[in-house]
Amino acid sequence: MVGATRGATEGRPVAIEDDVLVVGGGLAGVTAALAAADTGVRVRLVSHKESTLRQASGVVDALGALDGTLVSDPYEAVERLSDGHPYRTLGADALRSGFDLFDGTVTGYEGSHTDANALVPTHGGTVKPTARYPESVAPGLASDDRPMLLVGFETLPDFDAPRAAAHLERVGVPFAVHGVTLDFPGNLRADAAVTRYADLLDEAVPVDGGRVDARTALVERVKSHLSGAERVGFPALLGHEAHDEVRAELSQRLGADAFEVPMGPPSLPGTRLADQLYAAMDDAGVGIETGNPVVDVTTDGERVTEVTVERTHTAVPYAAEQYVLATGGLVGKGIASNRESVRERVFDCHVPHPADRYDWSVEGAYGDHAFARFGVRIDADGRPLDASEDVEYENLRAAGGVVGGADVAAEKSASGVSLATGFTAGRLAGEEVS
Amino acid sequence: MASVPHITVVGGGSTGTGIARDLAMRGLDVTLVEKGNLTHGTTGRMHGLLHSGGRYAVSDQKSARECVEENYVLREVATHCVEETGGLFVKRPEDAEEYFEEKLQGCRDCDIPVEVLSGAEAREMEPHLAEDVDRAIWVPDAAIDPFRLCVSNALDAERHGARVETHAEVTDVLVEGGEVTGLEVRHDSGPGKRVHGSPGGTERIETDHVVNATGAWAGRIGDLAGVDIEVRPSKGVMTVMNTRQVDTVVNRCRPKGDADIIVPHETACILGTTDEEVSDPEDYPEEGWEVDLMIDELSELVPMLQEARTIRSFWGVRPLYEPPEVGSEDPTDITRDFFLLDHEERDDLPGMTSIVGGKLTTYRLMAESISDHVCAQFGTTTTCRTADEPLPGSEDFTVLADAMKRFGLRSPVARRSSQRLGSRTESVLSRCDPNPVLCPCEAVSRAEVRDAIDQAGTDLNAVRLRTRASMGNCQGGFCSHRIAGELHPTHDEPTVDDALTELVEERWKGERHALWGEQLSQAALKYTLQATTMNRDADPVDDDVDWGAFDAGERSAADGAVTDGGRRDEGSDGGTTGGD
Ligand SMILES: Cc1cc2nc3c(=O)[nH]c(=O)nc-3n(C[C@H](O)[C@H](O)[C@H](O)COP(=O)(O)OP(=O)(O)OC[C@H]3O[C@@H](n4cnc5c(N)ncnc54)[C@H](O)[C@@H]3O)c2cc1C
Ligand SMILES: Cc1cc2nc3c(=O)[nH]c(=O)nc-3n(C[C@H](O)[C@H](O)[C@H](O)COP(=O)(O)OP(=O)(O)OC[C@H]3O[C@@H](n4cnc5c(N)ncnc54)[C@H](O)[C@@H]3O)c2cc1C
Repeated sequence: MVGATRGATEGRPVAIEDDVLVVGGGLAGVTAALAAADTGVRVRLVSHKESTLRQASGVVDALGALDGTLVSDPYEAVERLSDGHPYRTLGADALRSGFDLFDGTVTGYEGSHTDANALVPTHGGTVKPTARYPESVAPGLASDDRPMLLVGFETLPDFDAPRAAAHLERVGVPFAVHGVTLDFPGNLRADAAVTRYADLLDEAVPVDGGRVDARTALVERVKSHLSGAERVGFPALLGHEAHDEVRAELSQRLGADAFEVPMGPPSLPGTRLADQLYAAMDDAGVGIETGNPVVDVTTDGERVTEVTVERTHTAVPYAAEQYVLATGGLVGKGIASNRESVRERVFDCHVPHPADRYDWSVEGAYGDHAFARFGVRIDADGRPLDASEDVEYENLRAAGGVVGGADVAAEKSASGVSLATGFTAGRLAGEEVS
Repeated sequence: MASVPHITVVGGGSTGTGIARDLAMRGLDVTLVEKGNLTHGTTGRMHGLLHSGGRYAVSDQKSARECVEENYVLREVATHCVEETGGLFVKRPEDAEEYFEEKLQGCRDCDIPVEVLSGAEAREMEPHLAEDVDRAIWVPDAAIDPFRLCVSNALDAERHGARVETHAEVTDVLVEGGEVTGLEVRHDSGPGKRVHGSPGGTERIETDHVVNATGAWAGRIGDLAGVDIEVRPSKGVMTVMNTRQVDTVVNRCRPKGDADIIVPHETACILGTTDEEVSDPEDYPEEGWEVDLMIDELSELVPMLQEARTIRSFWGVRPLYEPPEVGSEDPTDITRDFFLLDHEERDDLPGMTSIVGGKLTTYRLMAESISDHVCAQFGTTTTCRTADEPLPGSEDFTVLADAMKRFGLRSPVARRSSQRLGSRTESVLSRCDPNPVLCPCEAVSRAEVRDAIDQAGTDLNAVRLRTRASMGNCQGGFCSHRIAGELHPTHDEPTVDDALTELVEERWKGERHALWGEQLSQAALKYTLQATTMNRDADPVDDDVDWGAFDAGERSAADGAVTDGGRRDEGSDGGTTGGD
């Protein structure tokens, strides 16, 4: 379904019209678009850059830590969050619905069989709590007691397998773990991107002087280090297009489950997830436009009437009945700041923040930073509130990182907040139209 | 007294390392003790301007002359630490014409090479200068890397037999029979390379003479020895920008003032500074208005600074000294000259000499004069060679093109490494194959980090200072864990983890003063990488984890092998999909 156009009036370009317009194409925007499309209305999503999903490690957090302590049941822990947290505002049911939508959309993910968080080994060597994880990550869970081997590569300084193993041991994981650093087959140059590693495995490229293919060479290198391990963790580069096949072959030939340890950007599991979600939007008939930012908005004071997208040197108006703001937080660039203040970039919604910028952060890199909670505040319908707690615009809702009140990094709740707020915003926007 | 006199130098800044090298080259037995890592004091927190002397050409001509002489010496002997940027004193319409003329004359009086440029000519050299800058004086200012400078001096001191001991704080000055006979030193328990002594242990160092080169801390050492040294510490702020808005040092041509210099360094520009007396060189307020002042004032010279991205700010304290009888009220009036305090002559306490005041640009001269003084006491007649003998790393630059080819490094990486390493490039880079880049912002490869670790041990801040790793845009967001990884398995995992934490915290401290705009977004990304992706903030390493309360996977759930935690709440909306 593509948006209809409104009759052109003199001197201004024709507005592209839809029922619901989502601004921002990260996890929150996609969730909102899918939830809205589910109500049977016409939905369009416009997004400036690639979403931060491609940087994200690919696991989907709900709520994993409070005050630095791991939480096993996110739903039970929601009550312990402070007022103003989006989970408190929207309720634990919104979180559950968000995850239901995710589970119904994406394949190749696990974790939906239980409410409990899983502990996934990180590339820094500890474990982190998360709610959904790719199948490629699943055999690595820390509550599983099978002995583990971690494999790192000389050319890939992001993952130091022996050190990660030593740290996991110190964390007290319930299994034996050791690590080894090997040469990756295929003579990649020292600074090759992870995608180059994945390509070699995907295509089973001949290596070692054409003697064997890359998968075989990798198996040969790893095999002598197994010493009883029943699962083998690699940095997340086990194939791209053919990742299921690569993992299955490695597992079968090693006689141990091959799995991926989630990594920093650029992240293959994150990219795989982004690709799936965009395909799902396509299937749901969402109009998708990426590459151009929304630069301006028109309102009548009460309602948003139009937004302007900047295409190369032309400004194109987009109109809809309902709007969803999902431009991300400080990282996704939905929230901006200068020396004096913090603001929401597109609609200029109110963003509460301390007046003195030295109060935006605290001493201690992982302290209780105000900046981590920067974002718009929403009501129970997901609508941004102004400084006097009134709704900013009747037909505007916000979702994801642009919503404040949660320190999603400390809580391990980033994707969960996007799912809960994205679901609420999209569903209610759709319902209001229909 | 032993046949070779044993001299203990206190302080591992530019002055102390310079003295240690000079004395060791003259054949004396030298020990240097420093309470932190090298450059822990003011030397690691300064502006990095190799003065042409132009700055002092009106107010302090003796200092100006020393500066220009030393400037040309260091270009020769410390080539790998100096970037020959040149400098401009630029005049805006509201700045006095007479002062411009005085400055010009002053430079000429002090033999500082100058050239007068019109506003247009100055903008041709530096296109981002303000439109209304009307005149400028070119001077031979340069940028100097204080970290490389100190490390090279310390390395060469060691090559000449000196013992260099970092993380060793002097806790007492031993006085016997009215004479200084030694020092008591406490070895720190923090990370770092310890040659002798164990963490937490103390050591008595017997010595023939103590040289107090502790800069702003000189009064503290004086107190331990029972003598008064009237150091007047004065703080200054420096603000680091993310790119080089200028390639030439830009000074404002007006009488002393705050926020009047921009120094280009490597990939960045540093704005500075202020001058305000403080009572404690380690505990003074670092205030946001100082940062604002840098940006607001200096954007009058380079307007684009107003909107440019700041990556961090830091503060340092000048070790200013003036004889008590002068009594300047304003610290900017205190001379930038240095003073040699012979405590025998001054306080009737033989066995110790202090050196105070001065600036980095003249460190070699300061070292020469105090070394002359010490040698004279012991009848040593060897002469100073530091003005002629290049520092290690500085001798030979021809290896550059070679190394680039041989190591197949992308050219900016090779270029930047060879700038940092000078003639050591080849030997350092050849030690490591493959040699991936660990810090992309500053183009620092594994080989360079390993080389720095050999020198600095587990002290990653010292590694950072030697290599610039983690000092770029991302402030360690993408590279801290990679740098730490290089310590393992030589050092055990808990030590590596502590070293990483220390690096992360140090980076954060300075970054907090640049937390707005792009850099706040960058900080949020770093926080995401370290807390969300790696969970460093809630690492359960010190907690007991109830592993059984967490999901062990669908496979285990199906097997019933491991019990998983909470069952899905069947009462809530919707059935579960996916996963099977
Ligand atoms: C490095 C990293 C690691 C992560 N790891 C995890 C993890 O392990 N677990 C987890 O649960 N979550 C993780 N996340 C978080 C998660 O991926 C999402 O970033 C988060 O849920 C917020 O999503 P969002 O959709 O609100 O924002 P974003 O993903 O930031 O998306 C915002 C989108 O809006 C677009 N946009 C911004 N302004 C405009 C405009 N004016 N016009 C049009 N479009 C605009 C941007 O280009 C972008 O595409 C991670 C994030 C990062 C950055
Ligand atoms: C803001 C600012 C900008 C500056 N800019 C410039 C410039 O651009 N160009 C220039 O030439 N000069 C500049 N200077 C001046 C220059 O930085 C200093 O003069 C010079 O670095 C002083 O070096 P130092 O070795 O004497 O002192 P420091 O570097 O302070 O060394 C003293 C050392 O003694 C150690 N120490 C102290 N107590 C003990 C103890 N009890 N036991 C063991 N060790 C101890 C300290 O840890 C410290 O490392 C600037 C100074 C400031 C503050």
